Amino acid sequence: MSAVVFARHAMTPAERLRDAGWVAFVGLILGIPLVGLTTVDVGGRLGVETRFGLLAAAVAAVFAGRLLLRWAIDQARNRKQDRDRASTATAADRAHGAQRVVNVLGWVALGASIALPIVFSDNRYVVDTATTVLIYVMLGWGLNVVVGLAGLLDLGYVAFYAVGAYSYALLSTQFGWSFWEALPVSGAMAATFGILLGYPILRLRGDYLAIVTLGFGEIVRIILVNWTEFSNGPNGISSIPRPSFFGLDFSRSAPEGGQTFAGFFGLEFSPMHRLIFLYYLILVLALLTHAFVSRLRKLPVGRAWEALREDEIACQAMGMNTTNIKLSAFAIGAMLGGFAGVFFAARQGFISPESFTFTESAIILAIVVLGGMGSQMGVVLAATLLVLIPEFGRNFAEYRMLLFGLAMVLIMVWRPGGLLSHREPTVRLNALGKASATKEAA
Amino acid sequence: MSKTPTSTLLSVRNLTMRFGGLTAIDDLSLEVPAGRITGIIGPNGAGKTTLFNCLTGFYKPTTGTLRLAHPTRGEMRLEALPSHRVARDAQVVRTFQNIRLFPKMTVLENLIVAQHNVLQRASKFSIAGLFKLPGYRQAEREAIERDDAMWLQRLKLEHLADDAAGDLPYGIQRRIEIGRALCVDPVLLCLDEPAAGLNPRESAELNELLLYLCGEMGIAILLIEHDMSVVMNVSDHIGVISYGRKIAEGTPEHVKHDPQVIKAYLGEDEEEEVTGGATA
Amino acid sequence: MAYALQQLINGLTLGAMYGLIAIGYTMVYGIIGMINFAHGDIFMVSAFIAVTAFTILAAADVTSIPLALTFVLIVSIFFTSAYGWAVERTAYRPLRGSTRLAPLISAIGVSIFLQNSVQLTQGARVKPIPPVLEGGIVLWDAPGFTVQIGWSQMLIIVTTVILMSAFTWMITQTPFGRQQRACEQDRTMASLLGVNVDRTISYTFMLGAALAAVAGVMVTVYYGVVDFFIGFLAGIKAFTAAVLGGIGSLPGAMLGGLLIGLIESFWAAYLWAEYKDVATFGILCLVLMLRPSGLLGRPEVEKV
Repeated sequence: MSAVVFARHAMTPAERLRDAGWVAFVGLILGIPLVGLTTVDVGGRLGVETRFGLLAAAVAAVFAGRLLLRWAIDQARNRKQDRDRASTATAADRAHGAQRVVNVLGWVALGASIALPIVFSDNRYVVDTATTVLIYVMLGWGLNVVVGLAGLLDLGYVAFYAVGAYSYALLSTQFGWSFWEALPVSGAMAATFGILLGYPILRLRGDYLAIVTLGFGEIVRIILVNWTEFSNGPNGISSIPRPSFFGLDFSRSAPEGGQTFAGFFGLEFSPMHRLIFLYYLILVLALLTHAFVSRLRKLPVGRAWEALREDEIACQAMGMNTTNIKLSAFAIGAMLGGFAGVFFAARQGFISPESFTFTESAIILAIVVLGGMGSQMGVVLAATLLVLIPEFGRNFAEYRMLLFGLAMVLIMVWRPGGLLSHREPTVRLNALGKASATKEAA
Repeated sequence: MSKTPTSTLLSVRNLTMRFGGLTAIDDLSLEVPAGRITGIIGPNGAGKTTLFNCLTGFYKPTTGTLRLAHPTRGEMRLEALPSHRVARDAQVVRTFQNIRLFPKMTVLENLIVAQHNVLQRASKFSIAGLFKLPGYRQAEREAIERDDAMWLQRLKLEHLADDAAGDLPYGIQRRIEIGRALCVDPVLLCLDEPAAGLNPRESAELNELLLYLCGEMGIAILLIEHDMSVVMNVSDHIGVISYGRKIAEGTPEHVKHDPQVIKAYLGEDEEEEVTGGATA
Repeated sequence: MAYALQQLINGLTLGAMYGLIAIGYTMVYGIIGMINFAHGDIFMVSAFIAVTAFTILAAADVTSIPLALTFVLIVSIFFTSAYGWAVERTAYRPLRGSTRLAPLISAIGVSIFLQNSVQLTQGARVKPIPPVLEGGIVLWDAPGFTVQIGWSQMLIIVTTVILMSAFTWMITQTPFGRQQRACEQDRTMASLLGVNVDRTISYTFMLGAALAAVAGVMVTVYYGVVDFFIGFLAGIKAFTAAVLGGIGSLPGAMLGGLLIGLIESFWAAYLWAEYKDVATFGILCLVLMLRPSGLLGRPEVEKV
């Protein structure tokens, strides 16, 4: 598993064996210090323990896995070549077909996500996991504005998520604001932070931007950990009120002068009501986000973002104020992250700086890039994969993150452009009723 | 090619641009008349592109002034404006020597992006656009139809309108870039080697286009070009730069026979190339 | 005064280690223009290898310290370079020529993978080893405070100086160095002129890993504890150092490392220790705003 190398031609069996042998040898070298040897605590001091049996098994597995992989790759390549020869479809047709598939997929996903809590209405785990997926989808869509559309590499996106979550947590626990009152304010708060961060780093390019945003994310987290009077430090903020359904509570017994959801509708109390409500809440928030972002993409500001990603200098030469364009991308991306943060705080009921580490930023960025930069459906696909892969690994819990890291590398190597890399134009001449010779006929 | 004299649109006075110890432009003065094509020629490294960069706000000149007599907005000092305002407010728009399109966006999108400021206002800074208000939709539709009628058809790009600009052949990309610049609605169009990499037929089409833009639309053009068949045929007036200084200027005929130009620009023995009228 | 001197010594020690790691970042960035996010974790792996090697030596009753250090360095450099090579080969090379973000994501994946495989195979607990180099020289017995430079600190500073000199010599004088610099400037041209670009990039990764391995051994000797999470922060700090010095510049990486080390120790000593990372990042932001290409980096002239 340590050497996935794609040769350009099919291999003979002898070559395959030699190749697998070579890979297994590399695996052996890499395995000796970590798998073959380990240190254990023996009466207060470290002692060495050897695990050569395990190492041998691992190397054998690498050998077999490599053989299999090579074979599979050659097979896949042959099939693809045959298909390419057989088909006469042009690139444009294929792109068109891809777009249709994506559209169908989108409707299927929407239908499935609406039906999910009805089908699994008593399965807490499924509804919970689906809610998590949707949070990441929403975060991915937010970051997609900054990274996917505007091309500004942001490694500290989690900071805005944190700003949103803490804003709601503090507004609700300190000042008694409700979820719906705090939502817009927290979003505005996050957007302000987006502009605050955006302003000083407008001139930075590419990787410098990446490291400064990473630093910003860390600064926010460190402040949350250390400024105890403000954020209650590493202990976090607990008993954050849950959102209510038009004033109806989801608790077992009604608060003073209020009513419970179950009581109002004459249902028997079930803790699932709240989970399902939260699920639909994030679904609505995510869909609104999607509508908002896809609409923006087709507006001048959205086209300007994409133009900025493609060529900043050309943008300036076309009379576009790149400062404003960048700031708007930062602000809107941050605001969406803030909304997701509010929901996160409301769902968990408890937040602490632990939830806002760099790993979180990395996961969100991975969702955007793995999905295919700028592709809204890609984000859904990647978020689902990245949340579910570790979940499937839950049976062997300690392998979860290992699988996660491995999956990131493998997907990237397999599809460097992301899962869905097709870009749909924001406007078509054809769509405006202009009879153009090329596509309508095909 | 004798035309009636016109007013000066842009006047470059004592322009100097230094990078550390290197003087790329040295006390250059130049007049660009309104409604005419002005050619700038000179050997590689003479400072032509640097002149464009100063003009369009990408470089701040070390000294010197760039005065634009804008037809409706009065006099503007280009050296004091940031690059986006040069294009937006002064309406001085350029193309690039090494084409800078938005490669993943379609041809039509490239043209629409160039109208960003107009459409952004029409979309009420996205608010109207977000709610699909009729005013914005109307404006967008008009922009697209205008692009289509004016530029896509004229530049023979209509059948390519929905293709990604970066996937198209070089010659077509050059055309798109000019079309995109035109969508900004320029009063002065600065073209940096628009004929580079074009075949003879495409060059001829370019000539035609430039003459149309200048003659029919009244856009003043400042043209950097090595392809003599283009410069000599379309320019009303040519300035020759060498080592950052202007060494000659005048009509194509005049410049062609200026001994200074022949010596400095083409070297001693290559006279035939300039009088022959075409380079490879 | 005495206290400040002590902080200076501590800061230099810390900075030397950051500098060693930063070189790996800067070289890789110079040659293929990517942030090798997994580099910090390569460093972490090397520290674990060092712990294992020290433990083996202790079990074998080796008492000669120079001998032990040499052995541990060689073992750690060997295995860590192998890791550097393998990471480049598997996770980055297939992505060469694709978008700028693809290798970055892949690198983040490698980083998560390495962290978790070490946690899995070596355990999540902190590994302490018995002190290897104890004591030091008392430089100044000021009233109320004694300034001391530990043997391990001296080892770190001296090793870093030697390595840096050797390294500078290698990059400027040897055929490999020439090829490396050629690839850095123009990979296509270098390959047309007969430079084996793939191999040069592989060697660059191995060299970067080797320097990280030295840093890993030093950290093990200096602090005496390692855990699977040390790579993250060290990596980010080292990358910050590389950017601060001007990414792509070797002396810049060293200078950046030293500065970060000094800032960190002085800030922690005189201001708020808990905000020392904020100081590091804050200064990075300031420097980048005022000098976007870092302290010693070549300013990028925008080619229009």
